[in-house]
Amino acid sequence: MQWVMAAVAASSLPKRKGFGAAPVEKKVGEQEAGGKQPPRLASEGYGVDPKLTTPHAPGDFWPLILTDTQKRTAKALADVVLPKDDLGPAASELGVVEMIDEWVSAPYPQQMGDRPVITNGLDWMEAEAHKRFNKSFADLDESQHQTICDDICYTPKAKREFKKAAEFFSRFRSLAAGAYYATPPGWKAIGYIGNIPLGRFDGPPPEVLKQLGVEQTVD
Amino acid sequence: MPIISVDQAKQEYDVVIVGSGAAGGQSAYTLTLAGLKCVMLEAGRNYDPTTETPMFNTPNQAPLQGNATPDKSFGFYDATVGGGWEVPGEPYTSIHATPGEEFRWWRPRMLGGRTNHWGRISLRNGPYDLKPYSRDGLGFDWPITYDDVDPYYTKVEMLVGVYGTNAGLENTPDSPDGVLLPPPKGRAAELLAQKYGKKLGIPVIPIHRAVLTKTLDWKNIPAKLHPDDPKSQRIVTSAMQQRMACFWATECGRGCSIKANYQSTTVHLPPALATGNLDIIPNAHAREVILNKSGKAEGVLFIDKQTGKEMRVKGKAVILAAGACESVRILLNSKSNSFPNGLANSSGLVGKYIMDTVGADVMGHVPMLENLPPHNEDGAGGGHFYSPWWLYKEQKAGKLDFARGYHIEMGGSRDMPGGENPAPDDLTQGSYGKRFKEDARRYYGSFVGFASRGEMIPNEDCYMDLDPKVKDKWGIPVARFHWKWSHHEINQAKHAEKTFKELIEAMGGKVRAPANPGAGKSLWRPGMIIHEVGGAIIGSDPKKSVCSAHQQTWDVKNLFLCDGAPFASNADKNPTLTIMALAWRACDYLVDQARKGNL
Repeated sequence: MQWVMAAVAASSLPKRKGFGAAPVEKKVGEQEAGGKQPPRLASEGYGVDPKLTTPHAPGDFWPLILTDTQKRTAKALADVVLPKDDLGPAASELGVVEMIDEWVSAPYPQQMGDRPVITNGLDWMEAEAHKRFNKSFADLDESQHQTICDDICYTPKAKREFKKAAEFFSRFRSLAAGAYYATPPGWKAIGYIGNIPLGRFDGPPPEVLKQLGVEQTVD
Repeated sequence: MPIISVDQAKQEYDVVIVGSGAAGGQSAYTLTLAGLKCVMLEAGRNYDPTTETPMFNTPNQAPLQGNATPDKSFGFYDATVGGGWEVPGEPYTSIHATPGEEFRWWRPRMLGGRTNHWGRISLRNGPYDLKPYSRDGLGFDWPITYDDVDPYYTKVEMLVGVYGTNAGLENTPDSPDGVLLPPPKGRAAELLAQKYGKKLGIPVIPIHRAVLTKTLDWKNIPAKLHPDDPKSQRIVTSAMQQRMACFWATECGRGCSIKANYQSTTVHLPPALATGNLDIIPNAHAREVILNKSGKAEGVLFIDKQTGKEMRVKGKAVILAAGACESVRILLNSKSNSFPNGLANSSGLVGKYIMDTVGADVMGHVPMLENLPPHNEDGAGGGHFYSPWWLYKEQKAGKLDFARGYHIEMGGSRDMPGGENPAPDDLTQGSYGKRFKEDARRYYGSFVGFASRGEMIPNEDCYMDLDPKVKDKWGIPVARFHWKWSHHEINQAKHAEKTFKELIEAMGGKVRAPANPGAGKSLWRPGMIIHEVGGAIIGSDPKKSVCSAHQQTWDVKNLFLCDGAPFASNADKNPTLTIMALAWRACDYLVDQARKGNL
């Protein structure tokens, strides 16, 4: 029994496995009442018995579909969303663009749903850069990037003509962040410490307990 | 070590065991240490956690950062092999009035079954849980009492290793002194929930999980488990010495290469194999139990999945431990002149009273948990705290509109990031760039989740039979599920959602999902908590039950049901520990009967 609660993944559910059932349902063909057989799953994925211990890279399981131009736009945009700063490297240095490419190229329902959102959105960004500045998005400077991104960075506040672009931006930011924080440098940036063997588990340190106003109750 | 192919099987065994998970593993352990020759049929492939577990692999080394897909429904690194909600070529069907009541069936296809990935939550059923009908007039009493199971709970806890404390709470049994391993320290969100739970009258205490917080006491435990049996003691000592204590990293759902948590493959099967009394045939998909002329089971007919051929193994007794619904399917498919409606089904009750756990979840954001100084909260790879059901008296007094309780599982979110957005748009107001990275750091760890895991009462509308049309790829009729929740389950889920909202708000937080807590919308579909039990219930009257107090079918006395199928109720406590305790008890009886020549 496990718990991922991906149904609301966009809202950052805790996904600590082991505190409940964690089922992730595929979204294809919600079943109607009746004795129908559950829908079969996509066959070109990594299958139900992939090798888990070997590190995998984008492109290992399915071909990548982003065009060179889309990749160039994605790289520039990923670095606008997650730039190099004192918390860590820029997104493109951590393989974020390749991971997004892998995502939108995947043969699974959720990813296939994201594919047109991301590819059309990247094309829109490129066209918008040409329209406003007569340049590729990747060749714009910081303030030019901001001019476009400020119009589309928050869906509820985006103007009507930018709603669709804002939906793309939101999804792109989410995918880029999901990829960025999947890496050890990303862990450092967010403040995750773990995935290392320890001789003992001490629980939260005193300053954390103090900040929360709680005491450790287990000896 | 005999993982064997079909053609290497012996002419006849003492016992044929179908399934290799908690029930099959425990059965094999008990029987082989007692000297019986056993063969185990596993529908999936052989699996070795010591070499196949992705212990420290990072999300960026997995496709899609390890996110769940239809191929790997619990994420790429989840230990499950060969299946999940769907198994290629092995469908099942459902009849249900509303879309939310479609039964979902989790089936791995691997040695050790679900024990490789389960949550390791190991709670004892209490005295009330075995006599629910006597308490409130609903469902069925078991023909056994807590005192019958108590010693077996203790033995299982000593063998597998369970951490936790004795809290002395109502219907939440204590273990004897020295049996439980030390509980891990509370994490930030757990301690916060404990503090504010107290204000609401909800006890939050260390949970019990099958994880070694220290190495097992191999000097003393084997002699307690197997008194006057030096050979068994030697074997169990050696097996215990192979297991390391938890090193406080990696989620248990991936499995554990250092054997620090319980998996059948690391705890039950190694000592069983070391006896020399166990042969395991993987890729053997059981189809029917075969009867001899005198109406006794004489073996199992199965598909050798590598050749697609039908094969047989013979035994003096047969144990079904394939998982409740798969065992029921085998019984229903074992038709003969004497059992036209399926084996051991003279009561007509095979397939009836399938139960899952009632699950509802609420997730919230707690500002107090924002921007905490970074610290390691990996812990024991699962929950450290929980709340046992605390409203027995209110329920008894008729103050609640549902008859049975739930426990609360809980957790924060300072676990391994990756694969999802840590800073949702509505909180960040659309930030990007450096501000977004600061927001991600701020909100990381500030989300909490509460999950109810509650008792479902068996009812006439929840059962399985064979689909009259659909067959699996080997031509075997498939399971068809029927479902309808009663108001007890729905009202329980509503109560849980309201409670979790109160808890989150008491912590100074706000609910994020579901949108309208209290409406019961987060109730999981049946089967999705993966606690399905029942279908061949235990009882004292052959007309009203399928098997006896020792899980021996009334109709075929050398046929035993050792998984969750005999459960006559499904308490809020996760069923695995009880399955193991009862399998051990049933197998002790089987050994005794074999020695008396009664099989």
